[in-house]
Amino acid sequence: MTAVLELADVSFGYPGVPVVEGLDLSVAAGELVVLVGPSGCGKSTLLGLLGGHIAPTSGAVRRRGQSRTIYQQGGLFPWLTVRQNIARGLPRTVDPASAARKISEWLEVTRLADFANAYPHQLSGGMRQRVELARALAAETDVLLLDEPFSALDYQTRARMRQELIATLASRPRTTVLVTHDIEEAVQLGDRVLVLADRPTKVRRVFELRMPRPRSPTTPGAAEAAHAIMEELGLTCSPIED
Amino acid sequence: MSRLRNVLLPLLTGQVMLLLWWLASALGWFPVGTVPSPPEVAASLVEELRSSRLITHMIASLYRVSWGFCAGAVTGVGFGLLVSRSPVARAAVLPWINFFRSLSPIAWVPFAILWFGLGDPPAIFLIFMSTFFQLALSTIAAATTVPQVYYRVASEMGLPRREVLLGVTLPAIVPNLVLSLRVAAGVAWMVVVAAEMIARDSGLGFLVLDARSGLRMDLVVVAMVTIGAIGICLDLLFARVMMIQSVRWGVER
Repeated sequence: MTAVLELADVSFGYPGVPVVEGLDLSVAAGELVVLVGPSGCGKSTLLGLLGGHIAPTSGAVRRRGQSRTIYQQGGLFPWLTVRQNIARGLPRTVDPASAARKISEWLEVTRLADFANAYPHQLSGGMRQRVELARALAAETDVLLLDEPFSALDYQTRARMRQELIATLASRPRTTVLVTHDIEEAVQLGDRVLVLADRPTKVRRVFELRMPRPRSPTTPGAAEAAHAIMEELGLTCSPIED
Repeated sequence: MSRLRNVLLPLLTGQVMLLLWWLASALGWFPVGTVPSPPEVAASLVEELRSSRLITHMIASLYRVSWGFCAGAVTGVGFGLLVSRSPVARAAVLPWINFFRSLSPIAWVPFAILWFGLGDPPAIFLIFMSTFFQLALSTIAAATTVPQVYYRVASEMGLPRREVLLGVTLPAIVPNLVLSLRVAAGVAWMVVVAAEMIARDSGLGFLVLDARSGLRMDLVVVAMVTIGAIGICLDLLFARVMMIQSVRWGVER
């Protein structure tokens, strides 16, 4: 399989502060790779490198095609309605008729048709992230980058959003990189889960998950992987010695 | 209920102030000829309205403010937007914008007369000066607070530079900007009255000075009341703009 996203010996840092050092990463077409790690380990920096928002200090970043990123804090334009936000995200080359068709299709897929003319501040957090998803996927780019997209949502909404993401990606595959600190999310979604180590960022361990999706965090295989990831991150329970 | 309070209460305080003024002049507390009585002012207000002189002065002032303010707002915001995206340009011009902003527009009066003569152009120039630097500064200040995430999204969408300025930066700062415009309009209205003191024959500022020359203090008060009333109306107008749906997102969040 050909790599759609590739980092080859990539380093990035500020003077005297290395953030990423000699990192290699390759994501195949249609693959969903999850990056987990302690906060501040440079996960978002990695996404910035993959998306081309940050230039590496050395090494090469290769990306086939365009990408769209969904951010934790939300990147919807608050001065545009839901429909306008999705429209603004479409490539310039799309003619008005097919743009209108695409927009209504995605409003249907994300169950936002009734809110097409609402402004983001009038929607709930989960609905806003659905708009983000619609805007990012309607553009039909090859790559989807997700920077903790659901972490601002409550537990139930987050679980539902995961299912929706799985369903949407199943019918319209994209090469996806998801950054999260939520291990449940990682084992539910990922084809591969990369556990990252603290600065300078490097891959500590890779988990391959072959179980079919949709899966739950308790699906055989997923549960074991979750446990192993937690162990890797030092999050398992151990008696406190006195 | 709150609407009733917001309309009725101010009217009530106005009545109390009017009553105090009336009492004071009826009881002869003011030295003769220094403060006109309410009936005198009311009489000359009616007279000025009937002769349509007051309307003419109002239109003259509003005409100058509109031109000066609009020209200053469009160029000031445009200039601010252009400068805001470049740290080099910001560093180069920001102190100078501050320098000119701190200069009272009235200090430009000698140049205004020298360059533009008398009539509308010098007054429009002075209002322009009062608006341009203020709004350039608020535009730059507001633009620096726009979250970076919008620019990242815009760059992924491949928006061209012009569209980033007009389609991202500008709408992102509009809620801020409307507030600045509101303040700037108030300043512009103050400046026009001062600027018209050099006007030849029209404007509310001219009316104040002209009435004073004729010792018509009742007419001075008529002009002052009109100036204040129009000031309130201008402010209400901008308060309405802030309620527009595509502006409100910045207010309600």
